[in-house]
Amino acid sequence: MIDTRGLVKVFQDKKRGPIRAVDNVTFTCKAGQIYGLLGANGAGKTTTLRMLATILEPTDGTALICGHDIIDEPELVRRNVGFLSTATALYPRLTSQEMVEYFGRLNGLDETTLQKRRDDIFNRLGMNSFRDRRCDKLSTGMKQKTSIARTLIHDPQVMIFDEPTLGLDIMTARTIIDFIRECRQRGKTVIFSTHVMSEVEKLCDVIGIIQSGKLLAEGSLADLRDRHHQQDLEEIFVQVVSPYQTTEA
Amino acid sequence: MNLHAIGVVYRKELTEWLRDRRTLISSVLVPLLAFPLLISGIFALANVLVGKAQNEVPKVMIIDGSNSPQLVEDLNKSKEVTIVPYAPNWKDQISNKEIRAAVQVPQGFQAALIEGQSPVVQIYFYEGELKSSFGRDHLKKAIEDYRDSVVKNRLSAKDLPASILTPFEIKQENVAPPEKVSGAGVGGFIGYAVILLCLTGAMYPAIDLTAGEKERGTIETVLSSPVSRLDLVIGKYLLVFSASLVSAILSVTSMGTSFAILGHSHLMTNSEGAQSLNLNLGFVSVVAVFFMALPLACLFSAVLMTIASFAKTYKEAQSYLTPLTFLVVIPAIASIMPGVELTPKLALIPVLNTSLVCKEIITGTYHWGSIVMIFLSTCVYAAAALFLAVKMFQREEVLFRS
Repeated sequence: MIDTRGLVKVFQDKKRGPIRAVDNVTFTCKAGQIYGLLGANGAGKTTTLRMLATILEPTDGTALICGHDIIDEPELVRRNVGFLSTATALYPRLTSQEMVEYFGRLNGLDETTLQKRRDDIFNRLGMNSFRDRRCDKLSTGMKQKTSIARTLIHDPQVMIFDEPTLGLDIMTARTIIDFIRECRQRGKTVIFSTHVMSEVEKLCDVIGIIQSGKLLAEGSLADLRDRHHQQDLEEIFVQVVSPYQTTEA
Repeated sequence: MNLHAIGVVYRKELTEWLRDRRTLISSVLVPLLAFPLLISGIFALANVLVGKAQNEVPKVMIIDGSNSPQLVEDLNKSKEVTIVPYAPNWKDQISNKEIRAAVQVPQGFQAALIEGQSPVVQIYFYEGELKSSFGRDHLKKAIEDYRDSVVKNRLSAKDLPASILTPFEIKQENVAPPEKVSGAGVGGFIGYAVILLCLTGAMYPAIDLTAGEKERGTIETVLSSPVSRLDLVIGKYLLVFSASLVSAILSVTSMGTSFAILGHSHLMTNSEGAQSLNLNLGFVSVVAVFFMALPLACLFSAVLMTIASFAKTYKEAQSYLTPLTFLVVIPAIASIMPGVELTPKLALIPVLNTSLVCKEIITGTYHWGSIVMIFLSTCVYAAAALFLAVKMFQREEVLFRS
């Protein structure tokens, strides 16, 4: 379970001064649910998710992940989180298997458990044909499968996906979407950021619309349609974010 | 601090390092081959060039020697020079390397000798040109031989023995041990080379493990794992330190082997000045140089990581680290300068102190007070730099600089 409480992140910029990238964001995501964080580029999605993954520290507020505070117990939080984004690359000189094993060991798995889990995942994702191939020699699809295996090796309860399909072809994106669905079926808590409306419509149980660091609207797709008297999610999104959009010269 | 996590990070970094051609070249191949190639190359080249110049019988010209037949006859008889006919453009011929030197015998030279005057014989040559210098030397020797014969004739004419000119002999003999003699010649260079290779050995791994990781996008991947940033930095640091150490070990070993082989090769026995470079690097000296390079490798690894972690890309890190190379090279070169000796003040200046103490160690001099002070002060600098590296890795604005 993810429980965020007034998350704030302020970055200092030499030219522009303090920038409030995330501004008092509060939401809850339960086990077996997919929470979709929908926002334009620069809305604050990545910063929010990086704070939940304890890669960045909040300026104010906090969040509990599986009961662990992201500020006080960051290492325990990371043990319960699988983080995947297009920015989480693979080590080019390690093989697919070495990559997965490295993260298993960093998560403190003993060798027996590590081998068992690794073989299970490699069989499930059909990775055995390229397990000994270096990551820099893998196709995009193989790389994504390796990244998925890397996030699953420690069997985390919470999965965080930051625009995981960005720049991927249809087939590779589909693998990711199927994997996110599978996570929900396995009872994991899933938070997922995107600006692709169709992905949100297909996947999310709860949708949060974020703009200028603020969470402006939240609810299921049906709730949002009722509230905004619109069927089309894109229209709902535009209606919600328009008053908050900043125009840059 | 979690030793298991540090070990996991270190092993992974080691695997990647061993598979990276670029860092392997700088940390293994260069230190291994630099000394043999540099030393044998320089000596072989010098041997070939000097030998060729020495073996040549230089062409020389006599200017105005017409009324000094005796000297001209002696020069013509000399097997060390070949006399060519006089030409008015003799200066151009020397400049164009057509002849190596020319000697001007003044008008009435022989008559002046008979009258007991001291006429001046002028030799012309091409300064800085090796073959011309040899030509000048051969010519000078032939003229000196003639002068000695004149002196001998004068003494015998007055019925005086030749020993009257040399009432006593002067002999000189080296009493310093061979390692001190050779160390004084190349000791500074060895320290300089080891220091430079320690730095270059650590440079590429330091960039690859920090800026390289940011550029490839793997930094976010590893930061999302439970490993603490302290353990991550220490694991990475140990790999950079290992690379620097490997460079130091390989360079010291390669240096010792190169000099040992060279000492027994024909290159050394043939060349001039071979005696002063007849190196006797003892095992103890080699171990001591390596021991002194240890804290410096610690310092370099930490400083390189601190600076490189600030960069966003490999190229940016390289541009940051280039000035650092100069900062290291300048004190290292300063230690080679004649007259720069180890003093308590200089013993606190990093790099320069190690370079100077290595110079002393190579000559077999062990000032234990200075050695301890240099070792400890460099350790303190290294610890401070490592502390900075850890702090840098904990700063979000450094890790996610945009």
